[in-house]
Amino acid sequence: MVPQLSWYLALSAVLFTIGVVGVMIKRNVISMFMCIELMLNAVNLTFVAFSSFFRDVSGQLFVFIVMTVAAAEAAVGLGIIIAIFRSRESLDVDDASTLKL
Amino acid sequence: MLRYIIFAPLAGALINWLVGRRLRDERFIGIVACGSVGLSTIIGFYLAFKSAGALRSTQPVLDHLWTWIQVGSFRADFGLAMDRLSGVYVCFITFVGFLIHVFATGYMHGDRGYYRFFAYLNLFMFAMLTLVLGDNFLLMFVGWEGVGLCSYLLIGYYLDKAEAAPAAKKAFIANRVGDWGFVMGMLLLFWMTSGAGAPSISFFDKPGLTSALATIAHMTPEPFAWHYLWYGGITSIAILLFIGATGKSAQIPLYVWLPDAMAGPTPVSALIHAATMVTAGVYMLARCSAIFTHAPTAMFIVAIIGAATALFAATIGLAQNDIKKVLAYSTISQLGYMFLACGVGAFIAAIFHVMTHAFFKAQLFLGSGSVIHGMHHEQDMRRMGGLRKYMPITWLTMCCGWLAICGVPIWAGFFSKDEILWKVWVAGPFSIPAGDAKALWFVGIVTALLTAVYMTRLMVMTFWGRERFGAGGADDARHQVEHDGHSAEAVSAHDSHTPHESPWSMTIPLIVLAVLSTVGGLVGVPYAISSLAGGHPQNYFEEILAPSISTVPANEAPETSTTKLNLLSPPPEPIDGKPAIAPVGEAPGSATTHETPSPQEINEERLLALVSVLIALSGIGIGWFMFERRPLRAMPGLLENKYYVDEIYDVAIINPIEAGSREGLWKIFDVGVIDGIIHTLGGAVVRAGRTIRYLQFGFVRGYAAIILAGALILIGYFAYSGAHVLRFLVK
Repeated sequence: MVPQLSWYLALSAVLFTIGVVGVMIKRNVISMFMCIELMLNAVNLTFVAFSSFFRDVSGQLFVFIVMTVAAAEAAVGLGIIIAIFRSRESLDVDDASTLKL
Repeated sequence: MLRYIIFAPLAGALINWLVGRRLRDERFIGIVACGSVGLSTIIGFYLAFKSAGALRSTQPVLDHLWTWIQVGSFRADFGLAMDRLSGVYVCFITFVGFLIHVFATGYMHGDRGYYRFFAYLNLFMFAMLTLVLGDNFLLMFVGWEGVGLCSYLLIGYYLDKAEAAPAAKKAFIANRVGDWGFVMGMLLLFWMTSGAGAPSISFFDKPGLTSALATIAHMTPEPFAWHYLWYGGITSIAILLFIGATGKSAQIPLYVWLPDAMAGPTPVSALIHAATMVTAGVYMLARCSAIFTHAPTAMFIVAIIGAATALFAATIGLAQNDIKKVLAYSTISQLGYMFLACGVGAFIAAIFHVMTHAFFKAQLFLGSGSVIHGMHHEQDMRRMGGLRKYMPITWLTMCCGWLAICGVPIWAGFFSKDEILWKVWVAGPFSIPAGDAKALWFVGIVTALLTAVYMTRLMVMTFWGRERFGAGGADDARHQVEHDGHSAEAVSAHDSHTPHESPWSMTIPLIVLAVLSTVGGLVGVPYAISSLAGGHPQNYFEEILAPSISTVPANEAPETSTTKLNLLSPPPEPIDGKPAIAPVGEAPGSATTHETPSPQEINEERLLALVSVLIALSGIGIGWFMFERRPLRAMPGLLENKYYVDEIYDVAIINPIEAGSREGLWKIFDVGVIDGIIHTLGGAVVRAGRTIRYLQFGFVRGYAAIILAGALILIGYFAYSGAHVLRFLVK
C-alpha cells in the first residue's frame, strides 16, 4: 500500500495537536520545550510531504531553515531554562511569574 | 579692490580677538586696529578719486564676490558696489573712523578690555562698510544688523557699569522694531518688482539682474493720499523702509535708545552713535530715493517725523546736565534735520549734512571725551567750568565744532543746515501744501535757534565760568549733595586731581576734525552764496551726488537742475579740507546744462541764509547771557526729565507687554495650555497603561493559550471566507 499524502498530513496534524496540548497542559519547562519542538517537526513533515507531492524542492529548503532556526532556538531556550532553574530551583513555569503586575 | 575695504577691518578684528587677547600689548593692538582701518581708508579714497573712480564716473565700481542666494527668481549677491553716494559715505566713514580709532588708543589706555574694544570697533567698521557698499538690500541688511550688533556690544562694553547692559538691550530691541520694517519693506519690494516682471532686490543693474530701484523708477508715482499707506504699493514699501530708518537713526518714536547708548565709551558714541551708524537710515533713504520720490505720502511723513524729532530732541537737549546726553539729543535733533531734508526731496542736502555732521559731531564727541578723560571720568557739566585754562587744545577745537553746529558762516554746519532749510522753504514738488512747507521751515529755524542755545550752554558750562570741580565750587555744593551721593572722601579724592590736557593721540584727531568742521562745508557752497564772491556757480557736492539720487518725475519738479549730469570739472576732495571754490582752469561756461536759478530765487535764498545766520548768532547770544553768569540755572523739569517719554513707554508699552507675558503668556498660555496639553496626554497614557497592564497575567501557558486562540481564529476566518479573498487576489 503506497502512502498517500493525506496520511502524512494526518500524522502531522496529530503530532501538532499533541504539541499544542502539551504546551497548554504541561507545567514543566523542559516538557513544554519538547512540545514546541514537536510542533515544529510536525510542520516540517507537512513541508516535506507537500514537497514530495508537488515535486518541488523549495519545501525541503524550508525544512532546512526551520531546523536551523529550531536549533538556534533550542540553544537559546535551554540557556534560559538553565538560568531560570539556577535562580529558582524549579522548572515549573507557573513559578516564573514575577513580570506579572 | 572693493572687497579689501571691508575685509581689512574684519581681518583687524580677528587678529585683535585671536592674537591681541593673548599679547595684551596696547601698542600692538592699536597698530593693528588703526592700521586696518587706515588701509581701508587709503583704498577707499583711491577707488573714489582715481581717474575712473566712483566719484568721477557715472558707473559704479562693482566687485562681485559670489552669488550668495539663488532661489527661483530671487537672487542676492555678495557683491559690493561703490557709486557716488556710497563713495562719499565710504570716504567719511573710513576717514572719521580712522581718526576715532587713533583717539581711542589714547582714550582707552589702561583699560582691561583693550583688545576687545578694538576688535569690536574694527568689526563695526566692517559691518558699516558692508552696509554702505552692499549692492542689494539683503547684503545691506547684513551690514545693518552687523552695526546693530556691534552697537549692542559696545554700548554694553563696560561690564561693571550698571546702566550699560540695560542700555545695550534697549538699543538692540528698539532696533529690532525698526528691522521689522526693513525686512517687510524688502519683501514687499521684491514682490512688487516680481509683479513688474523683473524680480530683484539689487540696487544696481548687474549681468542678469535688473535694478529694483530702476524698476520702481519707471512706475508711475502714487498720488498723495493717506490710504496708499495700506495699499501695499510703493508708498507702503517706502513707509516700511522708513520704519527701519527710524530705528537705526533714532527718530520718533524709536529714538529712546540713543541717549541711553551714551553708557558706552566716548569714542563709540562719537563713531557709532553720532558720525556713522545712526546716519545709515539717511543713507538708506537716499539710496532708495527712487522709491521715496514715487511715494509722496511717505515723503510727507518722513518730513513731519524729521521736523518733529529735530524740535523735540533739541528742547530736551536744552536741559540735560550730562555732557554726553546733550550731544546725544543734539545728534537726534540733527538726524531729524536730515530726515526733514529727505522728506522734502533734498536727499543731497541730507547727505551733505550727514557728512558735515560726521565731522563736527565726531569732533564734539571726541572733545567731550577729552574733557571726560581730563576730568577723570566726570560727565556732569555742573561739576566742570573754567576748563579752557586746563585744556586749551580741547577748548579751541571744540569751539570749531560748536560754531559749526550752531551754523555760523564758514563753518561746515552753516552750509549744510542752510541748504536743508532752503530746500524745505521751496519744497513744492512733493505735493506738500505750501503752507506746510513753510511751517516745517519754521520748525527747522526754531530748532536751529535751540541748537545754538544748548550748544552754547554746553560750552559755557564746560569751558567758561567758575571752576566747579573740587573744593572751588561753593555754589554747586547744593548740587553735589543732591546729585552726587558720593561720600565726602570720594569728593576729596577727586580734588587731588586737576584737569589735564589729553595726550597727542587724542588731540591730533581733535585738531584734524576741527579743521574739517571748519572748512568741510565749502564743498557744498550753494550758488546763491558763492556767487556773492564771484565764485563758481555750482554746488559741487550736489553735482557729485546728483547721478546717484533719483529726483521727482520731471513733470512736477521745478528743481530739475540737479538731475542733469555735468562732470566737466574734477570733483574736489570733500574731506581733505581744500576749499572747493574757484578751481583752476574751470571755464564758467561749462555749466551750460545747469539752469541757473532766477535772480529772485537767489535773493530769497540769500535772505534766508541771512535769517539763519541771525538766528544762529542770536541763539549763541541767548545761550551766553542765560548761562554765562548762572551756568547752573534750573531748567524746566519737563525738559530735564525728557518729557517723561521713557516713563510713558514703560507704562504704555513695556509694562503691558511684561504683564501680558507674565499673566497671559506664562500663567495662562504656558502653564495652562502648553503644560495642560502635555499633562493631559501624559496622564492619559499613564491611565491607559494602568488599565491595559492587567492583560499581562504572567502565566506562560496562558499566553500560549492566547496564541493558540488567535491562530485558531485566523485559520477559522480563512477557512470560511479566506477562499473568497484568495480567489479575489489571484484574479
